[in-house]
Amino acid sequence: MTTDSKWGKETLRQMLLIRNFEETADKLTLRGKVPGGMHNSSGQEAVAVGVMSALDPKDVIATTHRSHHHTIAKGMPVNIVMAELFTKATGCSGGRGASMHLADVENGHFGGNGIVGAGVGIAMGAALGIKQMGHKKVAVGFVGDGGVNTGRTWEAVNMAVIYKLPLIIIVDNNQYAVETFVERVTGGNDIAKRGAGFGLPSFTIDGQDVEEVHKHTSEARNRALAGEGPTFINALTYRYYGHNVGEKGQYRTQEEIADWRSHRDPIDRFSAKLISEGALTQADYEAMIKSVAKEIEEAVDFAEKSPLPDVSTILDGVDSGLLGARK
Amino acid sequence: MSTTTPTTQQNPTYSEAFQSGVREEMKLNPNIFILGTDLVERGGHFAQVKGIAQEFGVDRVKDSPISEAAMVAAGLGSAMYGCHPIIDLNFIDFSLGAMDEIINQAAKIRFMFNRPVPLVIRATSGVALGGAHHCNSLESLFAHTAGLSVAVPSRAYDVKGLIKTALRSPDPVIFLMHKKLSGVRGEIGDENTFIPFGSAHRVKSGKDAAIISYGYTIVSAQKAAQTLAEQGIDVEIIDLRTLYPLDTDTINATVQKFGRVVVADEAPMFGSITAEIAATASEVNFRHLKGPIVRVGAARAPLSANPQMSEAAIPSANDLVEAVKKVMSY
Repeated sequence: MTTDSKWGKETLRQMLLIRNFEETADKLTLRGKVPGGMHNSSGQEAVAVGVMSALDPKDVIATTHRSHHHTIAKGMPVNIVMAELFTKATGCSGGRGASMHLADVENGHFGGNGIVGAGVGIAMGAALGIKQMGHKKVAVGFVGDGGVNTGRTWEAVNMAVIYKLPLIIIVDNNQYAVETFVERVTGGNDIAKRGAGFGLPSFTIDGQDVEEVHKHTSEARNRALAGEGPTFINALTYRYYGHNVGEKGQYRTQEEIADWRSHRDPIDRFSAKLISEGALTQADYEAMIKSVAKEIEEAVDFAEKSPLPDVSTILDGVDSGLLGARK
Repeated sequence: MSTTTPTTQQNPTYSEAFQSGVREEMKLNPNIFILGTDLVERGGHFAQVKGIAQEFGVDRVKDSPISEAAMVAAGLGSAMYGCHPIIDLNFIDFSLGAMDEIINQAAKIRFMFNRPVPLVIRATSGVALGGAHHCNSLESLFAHTAGLSVAVPSRAYDVKGLIKTALRSPDPVIFLMHKKLSGVRGEIGDENTFIPFGSAHRVKSGKDAAIISYGYTIVSAQKAAQTLAEQGIDVEIIDLRTLYPLDTDTINATVQKFGRVVVADEAPMFGSITAEIAATASEVNFRHLKGPIVRVGAARAPLSANPQMSEAAIPSANDLVEAVKKVMSY
């Protein structure tokens, strides 16, 4: 199927922006600029951009410890994301969150999370809120292949099914839970089949194909808006870097990584398709690469120059104070 | 100052007081809903929501699977979205299956993301029958966690007034109702009676010493006060009503007034809220003390199902009498 040129270019640009952000932030982390480190999502761009391009900006997401790609695709400006990685006052969480706690609740980003599997439950709760208030929106909960071995994930899936909540569960399945290969720790070795066991539409899809991710998410969203309840999508993808920046893992071969990079890279695949269809010229593509590089450079500059949070505010916002004066 | 209200058959029970407060707030705020197990037909294990589903419909009183993590996540996510859910965990012991959702998530969202989490987690607490998995006193753990508030009402009036306040609060509240008080009748306030958190209630004034406590131990303290009165000791009783925020003004004033203070509850004493109160009150009011603040609490042991063993593990009225005599000996 031919890709709409405008949509295609924007989608490709988003993926390039994320890739450049991650590779830049990775280097900055190694230089000590990111307190607490970060989890690089390079290789997984199509899952984030495919899902988010199928959503309305007001839809809700809740995600995982590896969430830069989801956050940028959701629409948070990269300078705000970078500033949060630097734990600066101008970051989305005022420097209180860093890489794992990116959020913009007002705009439907209910947060990354330091706890594996927690995002699906929060998204399920948001979907319940949407339903209780009679709104026409959906919530998306991201989880990794590690998170699908937590009980809380399946408790949330079950609850979404019984209440017919407008929820889409996306397994951003990069196949390694830290250093543990998914097949070694996943009974039955079929994550979509687990989902199906809860009685909801459940699919395994190619997470390196941004259009396939978009299509499945759109269909899931339509079902949710029609009151048909949640959908479970297991998107197969791959991360090119370690679990955390600086990891020296021996758990997979360089050949495996090279194979995914050279044959299944979501950006290469999609850009080649757009060029072959005439939706994009090589010159456009090169200009796009330069433009995102400039945007990320500016984001780094913004983060570098931003002020640190005022340490005298460490008690601010713990609670409202309305229940009684804090002493 | 108020005194204990005389009970009559017309007064509602402690559980009915909860129903009353929740009903009033649900009428005013369409975004309040209740989610928990066995709520619609049974009305909850302690009749705390009896009849509310019939009045407001099953969209606003939702029967849940026994999935504590998902129940609290449902409350957390919907509260972030704009609802004001009451998640009924039945027994607080069952919250241990949702500790990540409570302590890592609900308690920290406002601090990290500047988003209110108007969520009430209600559960029955306290030591009674049921053994080791139905009698945990976890209130110290919640009070210890930044971002959470903890209510521990001891009478119908406070149940209603505190739940109404909680349902107008933008913060997560752990609302603990003692199982042995469920059927106790008492006067309740009207629709405009809100009890602020962090405001203790003087159950009984006294001249000689004070017992600071909360929950069912207030009942034991009242029995102890009668016994002590027969022996010529006039003891004051302070009911904290909430453990966070904590009414430190009343605690300090009480320590300063008497210099002889007992702090009591039925949680294991090691690392408990009574330790926090005794330590802080001693630091602040040392020169007013006639002697050390005495703590009364439970043994650091799981509760037994055998009624006599269970009773032996927690403070009796007599233990409180002995503790007051000890502070009177200074």
